Amino acid sequence: MESFPRGKAAIVGAATFGIGEAKGFDAIDIAVHATVRALAQAGLKPSDADGLFICLPQDFLSGLTFAQYLGVHPKITDNNRTGGSAFLTHMIWAAMALEAGMCDVAVVAYGSVQRTAAGKLVSAARPDPFEGPYKPRLPVAAYALAAARHMHQYGTTPEHLAEVAVAAREWANLNPEAFDRGDLTIEDVLNARRVCDPFGLRDCCLVTDGAAAIVMVRADRAKDLCKRPVHMLGGAAATFHNTISGMPDLTVTAASESGPRAFAQSGYGTKDMDVVELYDAFTINPILFLEDLGFCGKGEGGPFVADGKLRPGGGLAVNTNGGGLSCVHPGMYGLFTVVEAAQQIMGVAGARQVKGANLGLAHGNGGFLSSQATVILGAPETV
Amino acid sequence: MSDLYEGLPRPERDYNAFLGEGKFMLQRSRETGRFIFHPRVAEPLTGCIDLEWVPASGKGTVYSTTVIRQKPPAADYNIALIDLEEGPRMMSRVEGIAPADVRIGMPVNAMIVEEEGRPLLVFTAA
Repeated sequence: MESFPRGKAAIVGAATFGIGEAKGFDAIDIAVHATVRALAQAGLKPSDADGLFICLPQDFLSGLTFAQYLGVHPKITDNNRTGGSAFLTHMIWAAMALEAGMCDVAVVAYGSVQRTAAGKLVSAARPDPFEGPYKPRLPVAAYALAAARHMHQYGTTPEHLAEVAVAAREWANLNPEAFDRGDLTIEDVLNARRVCDPFGLRDCCLVTDGAAAIVMVRADRAKDLCKRPVHMLGGAAATFHNTISGMPDLTVTAASESGPRAFAQSGYGTKDMDVVELYDAFTINPILFLEDLGFCGKGEGGPFVADGKLRPGGGLAVNTNGGGLSCVHPGMYGLFTVVEAAQQIMGVAGARQVKGANLGLAHGNGGFLSSQATVILGAPETV
Repeated sequence: MSDLYEGLPRPERDYNAFLGEGKFMLQRSRETGRFIFHPRVAEPLTGCIDLEWVPASGKGTVYSTTVIRQKPPAADYNIALIDLEEGPRMMSRVEGIAPADVRIGMPVNAMIVEEEGRPLLVFTAA
């Protein structure tokens, strides 16, 4: 059994900036905007931060860039890079460092302007020498291969996939910050331009700008800085592979390891979760993660979502901001799952607020279903 | 100066050099007898560096498949994961049939083609 400092670290600020289009800014600019917003929520300033965790799309020394930009001399500078799951792994180490007294105020931040700067998904991945020559369009082709295998093995249908996109859109319609809003039907998703079988355009995440940041402190201090701090009850990460051809079973992700470990640390289970924020780069992702995290059995994800369960009021509040599919996807979405879960538990989510949200799960995915990280978050009364 | 590491595999270089000679070769550990792909300097988990290049049977089965859709006039094309008879899995494509007609479970045979001035391993329906 892993010994995680359950509940000992808490989020006291959680903010976004520049969701959609942030014209004229650089990635670090909007990451810092989100950071000062998150710090200000807790009455803190950059000068208070002594643990910096960040991963920017095209800056391999982004931890150093971040320190210089804020003007601080951090005790811990970490730019671990596991793709979109990186930020949840940052949180695990931040919680450990806070508990050990190695830092007092940890900031986890991200920013990307891939929509206005590049107009297409910026990938940090080096073309693989044994996949590259076949010109797989990545990342979509990797996820499409996983979806095709899941459909073959378990009878998952295009309608099941479409339901994930429709549910995300209904949540986005409650979120004024969401980039893609408006009616979206199952037929719209099925009839959208085909991109990479079995995916059409609406099975794929957005390409937007956006930044997010959270501030973590020790629990004893958190109650003085935040009306309703969000405690980290568990956090675990697992990696199975890098390229999709290295994935042992395309229907089972490393969430099948990170999820049970994070739940065990927290003392809670799937049935206790009031909000579930899953990295939905493509419509197959939530189906795989709901299975691997234990919300339903392996192979049952399609029928599980088919009744509209994930839609607002459907019974399981999943991706309540609209997700990567309809709210924001700036290259790496992971930290947005955490910000949304935190804002829900803080009770500041506005029209999309899930009533009585006390416990939440945030799940990040990196690479090509390669790296998975799960955190369990809870209000003070859940510790 | 002599090559201190003579005899040790240079994974990418050796694999492509064999393809250039018309041979599809896989690495196998002498100690464990296990085949591996992608090519490496050491067997996963065991760390065995006694890897030898062995001719592959070229037989395989489609594990998963997708079609990359393109704006005309560019043609759609196939991407597939192939489970090789020897055990390992690799990315490739299935040629000779429409990309959307490639099916999971379909038996396939390897073939070396030349593309953009370099040899490339692809598959055809068996």
